[in-house]
Amino acid sequence: MPETPAIEVQNLSKSYSTPAGLLPVLRQVNLRVPTGAFTSIIGPSGSGKSTLFNIIAGLEHPDAGTVLLAGQPATGQRGQVAYMPQRDALLPWRTVLDNAVLATTVQRGDVAAARREARALLPTFGLEGFGESLPAALSGGMRQRAALLRTVMWKQPMMLLDEPFGALDAITRAQLQRWLLTLWDELDRTVLLVTHDVDEAILLSDYVAVLTARPARVALTLTMDLPRPRTYQMITTPAFARLKEQLLAALGDEL
Amino acid sequence: MEYRSQQLDASHVRSNPQHEPEGAHRLSWRHWLGTALPPLLVIAGLLLLWELLVGWLALPDWLLPAPSQIGRTLVERLPILQGHITITLFEALVGLALGFVVGFGLALAIDASGLVRRALYPLLIVSQTIPIVAIAPLLIVGLGFGLLPKIIVVALVTFFPIAVNTVDGLQTADRDTVRLLLAMDASRWQLLRLVRLPAALPSILSGLKVAVTYSVIGAVLAEWIGANQGLGVYIARSLRSFRTDQVFVGALVTSLLTLALFGLVLALERWLTAWKRNTP
Repeated sequence: MPETPAIEVQNLSKSYSTPAGLLPVLRQVNLRVPTGAFTSIIGPSGSGKSTLFNIIAGLEHPDAGTVLLAGQPATGQRGQVAYMPQRDALLPWRTVLDNAVLATTVQRGDVAAARREARALLPTFGLEGFGESLPAALSGGMRQRAALLRTVMWKQPMMLLDEPFGALDAITRAQLQRWLLTLWDELDRTVLLVTHDVDEAILLSDYVAVLTARPARVALTLTMDLPRPRTYQMITTPAFARLKEQLLAALGDEL
Repeated sequence: MEYRSQQLDASHVRSNPQHEPEGAHRLSWRHWLGTALPPLLVIAGLLLLWELLVGWLALPDWLLPAPSQIGRTLVERLPILQGHITITLFEALVGLALGFVVGFGLALAIDASGLVRRALYPLLIVSQTIPIVAIAPLLIVGLGFGLLPKIIVVALVTFFPIAVNTVDGLQTADRDTVRLLLAMDASRWQLLRLVRLPAALPSILSGLKVAVTYSVIGAVLAEWIGANQGLGVYIARSLRSFRTDQVFVGALVTSLLTLALFGLVLALERWLTAWKRNTP
């Protein structure tokens, strides 16, 4: 790829000190997330996926290595990527709309304009009529979509999604995956998604990176050469099965 | 049976946040009646028993006045009491406000700096182990019979529950939400204002509930030790002149004042943490 990747991670290493000694979590992780593409990271649980995310989001400092965002060094810098934590992290005392414009509030932007924009997006996110509701009144799937609306309204060219559907039941999860597919086509953003669901990764992504067990390295990066627009029915095609086989094999080496 | 079914209904409303709000309101009224009626009946029964016992045993008023006598004295003395009530209420409220400002400020300082926490926290606890009956006379000796020593005594007993509950409450913010705000590059102040203080609000209000009950009693106690005016003075004078009925009136008014202030804090809590009632 000749153009500058949206996110580039070079030789990233990170250890945590625990009572039992030093625990290496990332070892020489290299990753390129192409601009405008949907990239997923899969790996065994506890393999340091979230640590990698936290470092890219600037929440943690690596022991060694660099993070480049749009070609610029951004190691430990915050506020440059939109980040969605594993749980929705909606503020229970703020309405859906007030939660959606949280980033604008923090960055002292035009909150009224952001609210108008977020209100216009409510139908797209299946939240029509719930703009003034508190998060407690929403179902699990709706809360997750509200959190995603907040991430989109953050208005960063890059979005990090940390297992956004991990806590949902299988049916809701499938619905949201389908919905995210159509949303993604309209959004024109670079997305980096962490998941432990191989089907989800193949269905949504242009590229999938497989992380090894702790300490994590990138074992394999694979191009998901399925046509777009993607449909949920592709899950039964031979091409899909072939990709899944390759990814499972790479994961299998690590289990 | 009736009570049981009400409880089941109430729990149903709780588990279903999208339930008709009006229905929930009506149910909560029935619930209130169910919780308020039994203690009211017990109190009425005890008062009746007290009244009858005083009559049967022909107890003199200075030993134990009947409730009806206390009621008559209350009505009779109300014009005089008003002045005392105003003074006590003023001391309690100003002292509480001072205690809140100091307690809240200390909590923010303790929260912001580990050094301040280590330096002040033990002192905070020691301050609560010193008996007020030892401090109050010293304050009166130093500052006179005016309002200031009473306000300081009230502030001394009220700042502590507010400080401790605020410090604890600031720790309750959800970790993921804090990380999210940090990823948004929020400043320390924004994090406090947008996440940590709202999350601490229920805890701060719990502290305020304790503080408000201490405030009136603190003011009365300080007045009792040395003052010209206030309910504490009224009680002390009545005791010295064996007007036991007036002592009861003073105690009753003190108690009612505290209950009224407590009710105000409850209303404040309902208003400020309305979002919490719908949270499962």
